[in-house]
Amino acid sequence: MDKNKRRAYMINTIAIITLYLAFFILIQTKTMNKYFIGIAILTCIMIIMAMSLNIVAGFLGEMALGHAGFMAIGAYSSASFSIALFNSGIILPDLVVLILAMIVGGTMAGIFGILIGTPTLRLRGDYLGIVTIGFSEIIRIFFINFQPTGGAAGLKGITRLVNFNNVYWITIVIAILIFTFGRSKQGRAIISIREDEIASESAGVPTTRYKVLAFSLAAFFAGLGGALYAHYIAFLEPSKFNFMFSIEMFVIVVLGGLGSLTGSIISAIVLTILPEMLRGFAQYRLLVYSLVLIIMMIFRPQGIFGRTEFSLTGAIDILILRKNTKKSVGGGKS
Amino acid sequence: MSVLSVKNITIQFGGLTAVDKFNLNLESHELVGLIGPNGAGKTTIFNMLTGVYVPTSGDIILNGESIIKKSTHDIVKLGAARTFQNIRLFKDLTAIENVKIAYHNFIDYNLIQGMFRTKKFWTEEKKAQDECLKLLEIFNMGGYANTLAKNLPYGQQRRLEIARALASEPKVLMLDEPAAGMNPNETAELMETIHFIREKFDITILLIEHDMKLVMGICERIVVVDYGKTIAEGTPDEIKNNPEVIRAYLGD
Repeated sequence: MDKNKRRAYMINTIAIITLYLAFFILIQTKTMNKYFIGIAILTCIMIIMAMSLNIVAGFLGEMALGHAGFMAIGAYSSASFSIALFNSGIILPDLVVLILAMIVGGTMAGIFGILIGTPTLRLRGDYLGIVTIGFSEIIRIFFINFQPTGGAAGLKGITRLVNFNNVYWITIVIAILIFTFGRSKQGRAIISIREDEIASESAGVPTTRYKVLAFSLAAFFAGLGGALYAHYIAFLEPSKFNFMFSIEMFVIVVLGGLGSLTGSIISAIVLTILPEMLRGFAQYRLLVYSLVLIIMMIFRPQGIFGRTEFSLTGAIDILILRKNTKKSVGGGKS
Repeated sequence: MSVLSVKNITIQFGGLTAVDKFNLNLESHELVGLIGPNGAGKTTIFNMLTGVYVPTSGDIILNGESIIKKSTHDIVKLGAARTFQNIRLFKDLTAIENVKIAYHNFIDYNLIQGMFRTKKFWTEEKKAQDECLKLLEIFNMGGYANTLAKNLPYGQQRRLEIARALASEPKVLMLDEPAAGMNPNETAELMETIHFIREKFDITILLIEHDMKLVMGICERIVVVDYGKTIAEGTPDEIKNNPEVIRAYLGD
């Protein structure tokens, strides 16, 4: 690790802790009421969803429009697990239960990612998009008709285990893991498939295996997001995980910039808070929302950050030190 | 010892026989040129040698192993690397990342180690960085390591593609029209590079080229194909005076 890297790590760690302390103080002093805390938690979950979708849409460069399906699998399987655990009478600390439930949800979603990815990743572009929509609809309709998890009436009786404290740190950990994945040999191989699949194969990269890896890893993280969602909302209904929800996630990723994880984070924050802010004039809500999207697509079609990452150290260098350092790729987490 | 031997490969697309009973034997350390008029089937032969197409019949043996029906990445592992007629770089990645992707199979850490950045990750990444930089320096591209591939000058892009192919440590290097679009100076430089890498890496080179000066200048042996058939084989001097070849290129 060289000096610059150590500096980047330090600055980012300080930023993460400062942000947490800011929220902590706001919550403790009751400046932030329950409603705002709720939005903050949902934002964290949407950040996880957007970042995980970015593995497929941004790194691999494939259109996956069925992310809500994997979230549903994660949510339902983790909720069923935690309900069964509480019913069995085993007493464990809340955080342990939550982490176990997340592992169950993530693994289940990951397995389904492999099962669905293996046959469908032979397709490309729009065709893959349509097939993934189909699969996520199958998952949704399965849950509507599956009585053990409540069917169309929804799954009740989930213990609420998620609060802002734990969801914040879980989001940070997941964000860091997705970052490091993108900068590992596996992440590099997946990005090379996006750039040129034939060249990638000729460079010795087993492309099919890496496509399935990207797809199932994205499903795994989506499952984690679903598990958090289930243990926050404490009530699951299949209609939440519909096609529009997948599209919403896809819009976040596109708006943030395909392949830019920091872009996904920022656009997840904006696009989760914006609709809530616009609740005041409800009838114009969708109008403003779509206007923002249209303006964005006209002036910055590549998304907020395009394919580059926002670097906190780079921003500090430019803003404070006025160094003419080039915006460096990597390291930045906000 | 023969590194690559091609036995009677034939490929048909529908009713069209693109390559008909093609034979080739590459000895270790040889530099062989594959020439022929446009549409003769040269690139199709390359595509069969690298597993992109599966021949209708015949057999290809690389290092004593049949590579028919093997996937491209497995063939690369067995020691055959190629470049493309129209440059296929990873345009939005830097030069060194381009090389690292081909070095992929020599980087040894798994998904979990990579995501949690264990010690193994750092040592392996360091090794990859050093090795790939060394390779770029051989091509005088050390200074371009962090330049995006799409921003490199044309000649450099061609060189980067060869560097990337060499990163997978091949025994046979297949170059598909490496001098396409180059000016005479760049071509002369390329000829030197090809000579140099053959000595440096001790590899066998098979190249397709239209630039006769380059082919006649560096190849020890030339194979001429036309309409998917071998029409002549021999040293550059023999090929120059072969009436069949002259007929194929200039007509009767």
